[in-house]
Amino acid sequence: MLPFLIRRLLLTIPVLLGVATLVFALIHLVPGDPAQAMLGDGASPQDIEQLRERLGLNRPLSAQYVSFMAGLARGDLGVSMRSDQPVTREIFRRIPATAELAFAAMAVAILFAVPLGIAAAVWRDTAVDHGAMTLALAGIAMPNFWLGPLLAIVFAVELGWLPVSGRGSPASLVLPAITLGAGLAAILARMTRASLLDELRELYVLAAAARGASRARVVLRHAFRNSLIPIVTILGLQFGSLLTGAVITETIFAWPGIGRLLIQSISFRDYPLVQGCILLIAVTYVAMNVLTDLAYGLLDPRIRLE
Amino acid sequence: MTLMPRVGAAIVLTTVAAALVGPLLMPYDAITQELPLRLAGPSAAHPFGLDELGRDILTRILSGARISLIVGIVVVSVSATVGVLVGSVAGYFGGWIDDGISRVMDVLLAFPGILLAIAMVAVLGPSLTNVVLALSLIGWVGYARLVRGQVLRARELEFVQAARALGATTRRVLLWHVVPTTLPAVMVQATLGMAGAIIAEASLSFLGLGVQPPTPSWGAMLNGGRAHLLDAPHLTVFPGVAIAVLVLGFNFLGDGLRDALDPKRLTLRSDG
Repeated sequence: MLPFLIRRLLLTIPVLLGVATLVFALIHLVPGDPAQAMLGDGASPQDIEQLRERLGLNRPLSAQYVSFMAGLARGDLGVSMRSDQPVTREIFRRIPATAELAFAAMAVAILFAVPLGIAAAVWRDTAVDHGAMTLALAGIAMPNFWLGPLLAIVFAVELGWLPVSGRGSPASLVLPAITLGAGLAAILARMTRASLLDELRELYVLAAAARGASRARVVLRHAFRNSLIPIVTILGLQFGSLLTGAVITETIFAWPGIGRLLIQSISFRDYPLVQGCILLIAVTYVAMNVLTDLAYGLLDPRIRLE
Repeated sequence: MTLMPRVGAAIVLTTVAAALVGPLLMPYDAITQELPLRLAGPSAAHPFGLDELGRDILTRILSGARISLIVGIVVVSVSATVGVLVGSVAGYFGGWIDDGISRVMDVLLAFPGILLAIAMVAVLGPSLTNVVLALSLIGWVGYARLVRGQVLRARELEFVQAARALGATTRRVLLWHVVPTTLPAVMVQATLGMAGAIIAEASLSFLGLGVQPPTPSWGAMLNGGRAHLLDAPHLTVFPGVAIAVLVLGFNFLGDGLRDALDPKRLTLRSDG
């Protein structure tokens, strides 16, 4: 397992370097002078020059790149234009909210999708299967920026059961978690059904049934356990879409996480903070992919040997 | 052809027709405001009601369909063309060319979903052109990965080796023999990619990073409706239905195409 782990981690290094380079390049894609863009048209030439000095924009590109990477290595992502606070502090303050939302969304997805997928596979081609898969298709087609407001209309505005927005009580997590988890639930339900159907065709399932094992035992103890590998993989790989989805969900529900911070920093043209948020989301996504690969390697020894 | 792809094709064709002729047939203009009637609910004169500035929602949905389809078509065309070219070069030549291209793809794939598009539009400024540019910049990678894998297999096929043995130039082998074998898979991906591009454009417009007012866009309409969830939910409901139905249509069509073009699935179906 160790050589597999080392190889996988080594492969990640150039990707992370590439990600950091691309994030560094972002500020230089700003049309015209980035300092002018950040301060707006009304800024005086002195203010613009001061900002250029502060951000190091008046230095050669190579020097800026070296100092950006060196700062990154020290965990220094610069200072937010708006709050004058270090970018890392701004970001770390928001991480708990996004993590809470992402894991709650994942829990919602698993709780809805796995039983739905199992039911669809066990009662294949019946009304249960068709109903479950129609629900899954609706989940895929329904963008979260529509589902969120719809849920808010019904459960917050009409019924008054849950808060419309903000983060406070556990109840405030319900609507954002369902909104963010719905798309993942839809994919997961389809994957659970397909994966379980593949396993149910295997001879060992027939053998277990022939030995007198109950239908529930055959499905849950034998077939479902073996169908877990692709399900776990999908969960890991889809974590990235949860992070991007969080940008929209947090904006809808005024959830004070990284996604909302990103959109707020974009509207304030706070580019160091934009860079920090983008970098954090990308690095988290890469880390999740590595963890998924490692989990896959643990679950299936053939992967390690490839 | 089973039922779902037919339904998908019907949805897509209807939307295309509605986008082409709908705005011409409507008695209203997509940007003309009737402020006294703002937020009015559905009626015979305005079947989907009016928005926060008194504009006819049905007219704006029909005009918004044009934006969605244009973004989808341009993004998918550019992404597929670049992806097929880059992926086939990587797969056919292998070696350092493949390594270099694969590393670039790895880096771009490290940004989940539309994150890189959000970042690009954030720095370039919100506009339809920048949305198309940003989505195409990330879109080609999916096609390139798909085509690279297909080309790796195709280059070993006998007819490709025969063409090479007969003295065909590399360009001819690649363009006339190898690339055509990848096109069915690219067609499926492009159809599903239309759904992805439409959702991505709507997401960016919803976040205020896409099409700018007063140009109608489904995502921006949803964003405008958020402030009126309580008093005028129709602002949110109708653009959302439009997005969901069109995305569903492209998904049905893509799934149907995949079933029709995938020999493995054909065999399974004929067996069972």
